[in-house]
Amino acid sequence: MTENILEVRDLVKHYPVTRGVVFKKTIGHVKAVDGVSFELRAGETLGVVGESGCGKSTLARVLMNLEKPTGGSVHYKGQDISKLSGPALRRLRRQIQLVMQDPYTSLNPRMTVGDLIGEPFEIHPEVAPKASRRDKVKELLDLVGLNPEHIHRYPHQFSGGQRQRIGIARALALRPEIIVCDEPVSALDVSIQAQVMNLLEKLQVEFGLSYVFIAHDLSVVRHLSDRVAVMYLGKIAEIGTEDEIYERPTHPYTQALLSAVPVPDPTVRENKAIIRLSGDVPSPVSPPSGCRFRTRCWKAQDVCAEQVPLLEIRPGSDHPSACHFAERREIVHTHEA
Amino acid sequence: MSDILVSEQSAAGASGRPSGRLLEVDDLRVEFRTRDGVAKVINGVTYHVDAGETLAVLGESGSGKSVTAQTIMGILDTPPGFVTGGQVRFHGKDMLAMPFEERRRIRGEGIAMIFQDALSALNPVFTVGFQIAEQFRVRRGMSRSDAKKRAIEMLDQVKIPNAKGRYSSYPHQFSGGMRQRAMIAMSLALDPEVLIADEPTTALDVTVQAQIMDLLAELQRERQMGLILITHDLGVVADVADRIAVMYAGRIVEEANVYDLYAKPAHPYTMGLINSIPRLDEKGQQLRTIKGLPPNLMNIPPGCPFNPRCPMAQPVCREKVPPLLQVGSGRASACHFAEELVNRD
Repeated sequence: MTENILEVRDLVKHYPVTRGVVFKKTIGHVKAVDGVSFELRAGETLGVVGESGCGKSTLARVLMNLEKPTGGSVHYKGQDISKLSGPALRRLRRQIQLVMQDPYTSLNPRMTVGDLIGEPFEIHPEVAPKASRRDKVKELLDLVGLNPEHIHRYPHQFSGGQRQRIGIARALALRPEIIVCDEPVSALDVSIQAQVMNLLEKLQVEFGLSYVFIAHDLSVVRHLSDRVAVMYLGKIAEIGTEDEIYERPTHPYTQALLSAVPVPDPTVRENKAIIRLSGDVPSPVSPPSGCRFRTRCWKAQDVCAEQVPLLEIRPGSDHPSACHFAERREIVHTHEA
Repeated sequence: MSDILVSEQSAAGASGRPSGRLLEVDDLRVEFRTRDGVAKVINGVTYHVDAGETLAVLGESGSGKSVTAQTIMGILDTPPGFVTGGQVRFHGKDMLAMPFEERRRIRGEGIAMIFQDALSALNPVFTVGFQIAEQFRVRRGMSRSDAKKRAIEMLDQVKIPNAKGRYSSYPHQFSGGMRQRAMIAMSLALDPEVLIADEPTTALDVTVQAQIMDLLAELQRERQMGLILITHDLGVVADVADRIAVMYAGRIVEEANVYDLYAKPAHPYTMGLINSIPRLDEKGQQLRTIKGLPPNLMNIPPGCPFNPRCPMAQPVCREKVPPLLQVGSGRASACHFAEELVNRD
């Protein structure tokens, strides 16, 4: 068994909802992440899927230590990252880097590509002495498939896919161990998306990176991930290996999600059984009692409103699922390509 | 002429609607004149949609799929956009040559459109119900109370729960899926014969996407509408389309019925697209990508616009623009080697 590089325990992140201008009164909390536990193993990709509002981006921010958790902990190699400060925190930041979704707004339009990718070295001068920085940046450009000659160009001179490569080069600059990718390909066109996904895979092998890969696209997540966590309203509904989640899902939400993904093959459209979910995701300010999915679930019973189902291995299954009535059901008919 | 394509006439001919070619786009050309130069955005697009039929227009950003739709609707920003050639015929009449008033009458009643981003397409300062009722008042001359009644019926038809109560909600009080439903209600209010849906589910979550696509399919069946679905999502297309037109650099590069297109693409670009998407039901595949980037529309390469990215490119591809020609029955491809692609095993 490989070592756990990141351990997340009962992570909670609530944002206060306030009313009033001068005398602010907290009238509730947005429970963005509400008790999430998982571990990330060295060299693996953990996919995190869920619909908008399920807390997956908040999770990324807490993992990056951009937000302090309301409760719980994130341990990087045994260290609780939310308790770190000063030089220790700075050292840690080298090890966990972020690739953001929108390559149009995440790059400063007034900085050249050289400055953008070189900026991490300003903050961590120990990684590359000043004299060698230009070469380092060129090396990084080459690594992500951009022309090193373009070091003096500005972000607007690049296409969306190329900008995402700049974002990846910047995340790689400090040779981190973990890269948190928050929807890295969802803003890209189909043909470009594949190029960036292949690049991410190549870099993982080359540098032994561990990825937390956050996305809403289940096909993309399956392609890249070793293990997958399915999130719903701030909690993990089901977690397991790629095969366990896609071939033997036991949580009704995972099953509904998988069945709703359109498959690019017209010959299967006649005999496809889509599980229709009614309604929308409830507000994370006042999530349903008990199981959060019960308001949209076709299996819901009284017990679902009363007891929060724990994320544990259920009878007849091989991986943890947070459903009182977890049951295997084949949704996706996988074949080897 | 558009007769290069011999598509199967759908069963729609039997319905109450007038049968035959409902909407035809014929050799449409549009360019954007900007300070930096002229971008040739649409370079001879030809397609048609019949009653009860779903035509998917598939393409990546910048392929001209949305601009074609805007030109059909007459909502192209001019300047910078100018139509430089071609026709858009509705029931055989060229809309581009019509007087403004006549064209206005077709909008909404003949052809309606729904947009990707419902939040910015709806007016934030009026209630959703008012925006739907407005059409009945302005176009049908109904009284306020009748218009309201009809608007509530429309909200009900698109399955917005508690339609009566939701009539006086503002767009921001709706969730993404509900907003898209409201926009569908608005577009169908005047009972159009053709509905253009421009990326209707791209901004939505997958479970909501399934709901909206179902709703669209159901409404289309009931009303025998022609539906033009503009999208980049090969999965959605496989689920709902009858015919597909693939666009690249302002041209249709392939047109075929949905089964033929996925089984045996007749253009290397289509093939590249299909190979480059990760599939939910496949594992262990290496994604085969299309190398390079789509061309700059101010400087489209000579010959076939796809030739710099094409794995099959030959010298002839750099010299001659391949026309969209029929290959096999009921399908067409704009590739010099289309025959070879279709006849391979």
